[in-house]
Amino acid sequence: MRGFVFAIVGLIALAASQAAGFEVEEERDFPSLADESAVLSILSTTDSTVFTPLILAYQQANPTVRVTYTVASTTEVYSALHEEKAAFDLAVSSAMDLQMKLANDGDALSHQSAMTSALPAWARWRDQLFGFSQEPVVLLVSQKALAGLNLPETRADLIALMRENPDRFRGRIGTYDPTRSGAGYLFATQDARQSDTFWRLSEVMGNLDTKLYTGTSDMIAGLLVGDIDMAYNALGSYAAASLAPGGDVQIIELQDFTHVLLRTALIPAQARDPDLGGGFLDFLLSNAGQTLLEQTAGLPRINEAALAAGSHLRPIRIDPGLLVFVDPLNRQRFLREWTAAVIQP
Amino acid sequence: MVIQLLLVAAILSALLYLSVRSVAFSAVETTQDRILGAATLAIAEELRGGAEGVSVDIPYAAFSMLGAIGEDRVFYRILIAGETVTGYDDLPLPENPPEGLDPTFYSVAYQGEKVRVSAAYRSVLVARKPTEVLVLVAQTRSVQAEIVARLANQAAALGLGFFAVAALLSIATGRSVLQPVQRLAEAVGRRGPNDLRPVARPVPEELGPLVAALNGFMMRLSGALSRTETFIAEAAHHIRTPLTSLRMQAEIALRQTEDEEVRKTLRAMIRSVDDSARSAGQLLDHAAVIYRTDQRSEETIDLWPLVEGLVDSFRPLAEMRDVELHTIAPPEGMTLVADRVLLESAIRNLVDNAIKYSFADGLVEVGLHREGQMAHIWVHDRGRGLSGVRASELMVRFQRGSNVEDVIGSGLGLTIVREVAAAAGGNFKLGEREGGGTCADLYLPLSD
Repeated sequence: MRGFVFAIVGLIALAASQAAGFEVEEERDFPSLADESAVLSILSTTDSTVFTPLILAYQQANPTVRVTYTVASTTEVYSALHEEKAAFDLAVSSAMDLQMKLANDGDALSHQSAMTSALPAWARWRDQLFGFSQEPVVLLVSQKALAGLNLPETRADLIALMRENPDRFRGRIGTYDPTRSGAGYLFATQDARQSDTFWRLSEVMGNLDTKLYTGTSDMIAGLLVGDIDMAYNALGSYAAASLAPGGDVQIIELQDFTHVLLRTALIPAQARDPDLGGGFLDFLLSNAGQTLLEQTAGLPRINEAALAAGSHLRPIRIDPGLLVFVDPLNRQRFLREWTAAVIQP
Repeated sequence: MVIQLLLVAAILSALLYLSVRSVAFSAVETTQDRILGAATLAIAEELRGGAEGVSVDIPYAAFSMLGAIGEDRVFYRILIAGETVTGYDDLPLPENPPEGLDPTFYSVAYQGEKVRVSAAYRSVLVARKPTEVLVLVAQTRSVQAEIVARLANQAAALGLGFFAVAALLSIATGRSVLQPVQRLAEAVGRRGPNDLRPVARPVPEELGPLVAALNGFMMRLSGALSRTETFIAEAAHHIRTPLTSLRMQAEIALRQTEDEEVRKTLRAMIRSVDDSARSAGQLLDHAAVIYRTDQRSEETIDLWPLVEGLVDSFRPLAEMRDVELHTIAPPEGMTLVADRVLLESAIRNLVDNAIKYSFADGLVEVGLHREGQMAHIWVHDRGRGLSGVRASELMVRFQRGSNVEDVIGSGLGLTIVREVAAAAGGNFKLGEREGGGTCADLYLPLSD
């Protein structure tokens, strides 16, 4: 009897330690509609509000499946899967580089279906990593604040604008903090890779006491309450979804280049029920799932034609190049340089 | 032959598959090694020494270019002075350290997969002291396997295509090569039993030696045969001549003696001499038949006068035996092209047999009539018949019926008839006659 009690205590302790292994921001439970037959556990960096319509639609088709939806930051999702080997059936993240690292290091299972084969080659890797939405990385500006000035069309315009009006923009610009945000780090490194303008831009922004954020929603909130006038490298999809059309804040896709982020999903190697994860992934990639994602969450569907139509759009390719900035030495060096440029004493 | 050609085609296809596989493997490996090496060097070139240590800056392109080939996993490891500073610290090191500036390549198993590793050494100055830096970049080779498999499969498909074409060609070639041989075999097979003329039909050059050998063989055979026949003829002749003189002497003795016992003995002797003479005559005839079927001299013959003349020549013998000879003339004249000597020999044998095996007061009928394109010569008797012996057996050389012990014969008569019929393109039948006796029917093709 005593041993039994100890065993139970041990189990609870184990469960607690597992739950506490990585920092969870939000946990949501979607009980099955009919008698529960299986549990689909999703680990994601995307807010549950974005995924709720999708999960409910999925449960309409699979009424006996209970869905648990856990939200964590990109780095926490990575360490949960890579270091702690937490058991989830599907991992969704906006940090393409970390997802790529997981797949490359053997932390993902292969999944093949008609849906995954239909994906363009640039939106998948090794039947393990799949892009399910393409979101442009944009500049948000308050039209009121820029009254009388030309709206910037390129980074060069933006640099010139800030240089010419330093007093107007001091402390009124926001961007991601790459040291704290995985998505911000990805955008910054891709910018640096794409063009040397990035370093000039960083320096100019640093000179103007740029405010640093960890998420696009914070930047949008800042714009709406008037904390800042411009937000650089914000996720266009969030902005389009949360800003009223015709409002003060305008979304600008810079014409020299605009990166397109792929939100990706993979089935972790230690998934309890990989088939269930694969099933939800297929639903996510299906026409119904993609339409729902686009209409209810504002996440644009995978669309090669749209990318081809915009000559300034540069999708961030899912390829081993992404591994370069995951390298700790490289990361250190990059962040050191970025800090030197932006955070000036 | 066809099977051998198919076998060769199959072996060639397999060889093609294997050689393309190995060539493709090394070609793809070389290409991938180059890219892997370039990625390694790209990292090595970015190494910078300084007062505090080595700065490592992995260029984005270094790994991005590895993705250009295909979706293979990428691993790397950078060691400074033997210490792993970044990357996968369990990636296996090269057995022999790379020499010079060029990267070395090796294959190892890593994370459950076969990976190809490229390793390059660089010496960097750290606080004015040279420090060794080793850069390893590794990539799985699933794309290589895919490309090699695809190429090899294409080669196999190509090989199988060749195989199919080769098979069809070999069958066609085999047929066209064998056709003249088959035609030659048919032509030789169609020949009569004693036709030993040389083969004159045109054959492909390649078959020349075969035909020459065949002709040479037939010449030798025919020479041997004719020597045999000459020998038999000679022998018969040498037997017949003393027999004639013996018979004459016996007849003279018969006329000169009155002693009934001696006369009886002499008469038996004369009869024996007669039979022996006929046997010798038939041997001679047979030899002539064989010889003449080889060297035919054919002429147009009016058949009935020939038959009637032959029957007439047997009348003295028939009278001596008290056998009546009856001829039934055909309503029309019939001519055929044949060798006169052979034909006479055959008919003579038929009539002779009929008389020989008839009882006293018997009747032998000889007739001729037309049956379609054939002349039917028939000789019927009321003799002792065949007594159940098969006619075909009687037509074998020196084979005689079981009921003829008291009649002396050589067993050659029917053989001669059969051979003459065969040589002329006709046939010969011997059968039991209704009411006792024998029917001999000789069919010969008529000339039109």
